[in-house]
Amino acid sequence: MSTVHVGLPASVADGVGASPQRPDGRLKVSGQFAFSSDLWAQHMLWGATLRSPHPRARITAIDTGRAEAMAGVHAVLTQRDVPGAKTYGLEHADQPVLADGEVRYQGEPVAVVAADHPETARRALAAIRVDYEVLDPVVDASDALRPDAPWVHQGRDNVLRHVPIRKGEPDLRAEVVVTGVYEVGMQDQAFLGPESGLALPADDGGVDLHVATQWLHVDQQQVAAALGLPRELVRLTLAGVGGAFGGREDLSMQIHACLLALRTRRPVKMVYGREESFFGHVHRHPARMWYEHGADRDGRLVYVKARIELDGGAYASSSGAVAANAATLGIGPYDVPNVVMDSYVVYSNNPPCGAMRGFGAVQACFGYESQMDKLAAALGVDPVELRIRNALGTGDRMPTGQVVEGPAPVAELLRRVADRPPAPAGSEFPPGGTANTTRGDGVVRGVGYGIGIKNVCFSEGFDDYATARIRLELVGGVPAVLVHTAAAEVGQGLVTIQAQIARTELGVERVTIAPADVAVGSAGSSSASRQTYMTGGAVRAACQAVRRRLLARLPGSSGGPDNPVGGPDDGLVLDGGLVLDRDRTVLASVADLLGDEPIEETVEWRHRPTHPLDPVTGQGDAHVQYAFAAHRATVDVDVELGLVRVVEIVTAQDVGRAMNPRAVVGQIHGGTAQGLGLALLEEIQLDGGRVRNPSFTDYLLPTIMDMPPMHVDVLELADPQSPYGLRGVGEPPTISSTPAVVAAIRAATGAALPRVPVRPEHIALPQEPR
Amino acid sequence: MRLTTTVNGITRTADDVWEGESLLYVLRERFGLTGSKNACEQGECGSCAVWLDGVTVCACLVSAGQAEGRQVATVESLAGDDGELGRVQAAFVRAGAVQCGFCTPGLVVCVQDLLGRCPRPDTARVREELAGNLCRCTGYENILEAVRIAADGGDA
Repeated sequence: MSTVHVGLPASVADGVGASPQRPDGRLKVSGQFAFSSDLWAQHMLWGATLRSPHPRARITAIDTGRAEAMAGVHAVLTQRDVPGAKTYGLEHADQPVLADGEVRYQGEPVAVVAADHPETARRALAAIRVDYEVLDPVVDASDALRPDAPWVHQGRDNVLRHVPIRKGEPDLRAEVVVTGVYEVGMQDQAFLGPESGLALPADDGGVDLHVATQWLHVDQQQVAAALGLPRELVRLTLAGVGGAFGGREDLSMQIHACLLALRTRRPVKMVYGREESFFGHVHRHPARMWYEHGADRDGRLVYVKARIELDGGAYASSSGAVAANAATLGIGPYDVPNVVMDSYVVYSNNPPCGAMRGFGAVQACFGYESQMDKLAAALGVDPVELRIRNALGTGDRMPTGQVVEGPAPVAELLRRVADRPPAPAGSEFPPGGTANTTRGDGVVRGVGYGIGIKNVCFSEGFDDYATARIRLELVGGVPAVLVHTAAAEVGQGLVTIQAQIARTELGVERVTIAPADVAVGSAGSSSASRQTYMTGGAVRAACQAVRRRLLARLPGSSGGPDNPVGGPDDGLVLDGGLVLDRDRTVLASVADLLGDEPIEETVEWRHRPTHPLDPVTGQGDAHVQYAFAAHRATVDVDVELGLVRVVEIVTAQDVGRAMNPRAVVGQIHGGTAQGLGLALLEEIQLDGGRVRNPSFTDYLLPTIMDMPPMHVDVLELADPQSPYGLRGVGEPPTISSTPAVVAAIRAATGAALPRVPVRPEHIALPQEPR
Repeated sequence: MRLTTTVNGITRTADDVWEGESLLYVLRERFGLTGSKNACEQGECGSCAVWLDGVTVCACLVSAGQAEGRQVATVESLAGDDGELGRVQAAFVRAGAVQCGFCTPGLVVCVQDLLGRCPRPDTARVREELAGNLCRCTGYENILEAVRIAADGGDA
């Protein structure tokens, strides 16, 4: 690893920068960790959801009588039974809790039941009669944009958001111009732990919900509104989360389970099956993108002109923010003087789309990186060299006018992946795996590159904060820290990081992470690569507040606000349960200072403010931090059969500060795999708005046979703005692996490949020469 | 129906089992053994892998009645009575092969089974053997590392 560290206050074991084992690791390997689908309660009922079979239809009648009369059925609810707000949503409350008059996508919830057994519940769903008047669905984003397109939402334009960006001169001319049209299919998060949770009615008229989510407080707010209850009567606790990747930002079964629990006065558990899960959460927006790149003969970019159309599906979810990301990050990590960008996200009758790892930056990266390769070919320049010539650097301006502050090692990351030795000849498996599909004839090797850019934290002026409560006390005579936040551990390892930060700041080895719930203030979402930055920042700030109060107890300290002791420059060190001065002379023990008076502090912590984009020019300092990763992919392609084997992936990423190097590398491995999946395998296939492949039989995830060995190079160039200099890690690896894999296939085959995922016929039966 | 089966060495009985229930449902919802996971219930992901008379199966694809009178072993059987982790389990924690952990119990069972049949598999063999276990978090690199550690006797 390459390292430029900021100063750290202490050297306690398993602190920041170490790779301690996950505190939940033992439970997870032994099958004892309680995921949201593992919960159980006495007298528990099973909830189930009736969903629309049509992408667009008017509901003319619902008859629940037969279902209600069935033995073992305790409740059948429709939209009439929603006591509070009938609609919810992250950006716009446009999504019905249960369908009201019209269904707008296949799989939209229409009714829910509670029964004594999942099979009883399933039969009750089958006994509900819904009369539909089927309507013609709007199933293509470009069609939805036509002036004569039918409204998906009556009286509302189909354009959910248009984000224009204008930088430099509007008159675009250059010596060398390349154009391209690119498409990205609908990808699914495919977290393994299905949507699930347990709702328990409480004696005070409220409800306790144990659920797998990414943001407890935004769930609480939406659930309380739908139930018509004050927020404090809707108490959420994080149950074990089996992966998220953006797919748990929107509500799924939360409101439904609470409605059923309050109606039946019994605990209600809901667990989606895999097929239902494909209908139960938003997906990555499919995109169609037109790019025009102009450069001078030396390969310096003069302008980029682009139009991006994102299909938002039936409801808004976080589509507006996705469109803004696609726009603001849409030309990639390049310094370009003139930009004309228009990003649109539209309503359609396709499944709703929202957050997925990479959030708008993934789609655009496939477009701009494909263009960079095309431009390199037109100029006769090496693709890495072309990228380096145009690489964004510190002090450059983004298309939004925002100046890139702190390290921006775009050229360095490219050099690192390019300078790695080539992948060894041969491969563990030929294209097509072990089934002797390929005998080696017609197998061609190719190498491709990609680099991407991602914003970290929430943008455009959003009041983005995290809360942490830290308690330092003696437990059995030993100093111990309790960390309490509402931050969602979704697998990324935040629980480990929180403990590492507390150890480093307070010099105490014994740290306990309290269960995440809404008894403490909001942590914000475990998304946008922000949670280590934000909740990590809050934990650090709260630890520092505890430290100040602890050190104010030193003999001779006045404890007043102007007392330098306890401040950041007091020169004192907390280590091994001791207070040390600069010369490492022991001044006191933490245990003695604490005595029987614990110290507790709660801190709400914010990143620096961001600003909205100008609605006409798209100018504005909208983002907090930028993160970068580069990939080199090496593939073997059977050009006759169209089969691809990725032989090796090399990647380099600047993480600012590797808070937990093992976890960082794990994020990069996993993110890269999801990008490979988008390149080669993963697409929710739609036909007239209907999902054709809602199963792991037909929606293909990368297996251990599909993944190549990966070489990960982690740079640590500290960001002066962020806690410990860290940079968000989770999303960048997902962004650039896709174009790198596709570029490698193009290099091997010469096929144009304007669409991902690449299918065998795109290679074996090329439609157009490159 | 009444189902009697031996799970992790203990004979257990469940009454009023609906004939359509899977072994996975019985383990999780009737016996409280939730270590076997319900990720797909389609036999595609391997998260519910258990041993049935010593052979690994996807518990979601075994109907409850097929387990009548037979021996079932689950991930819960792998740690010692004192809670000490088995060699494969410890290797998974040490290698960072656990992120969200939903695929982990099934993988631990399958790796344990593999090493029982083939104590020192090469990487290609490991990839082939584990191709039926989906993991969405790790990209599999640290899972391969965990298998290496476990095959080497547990030393990193």
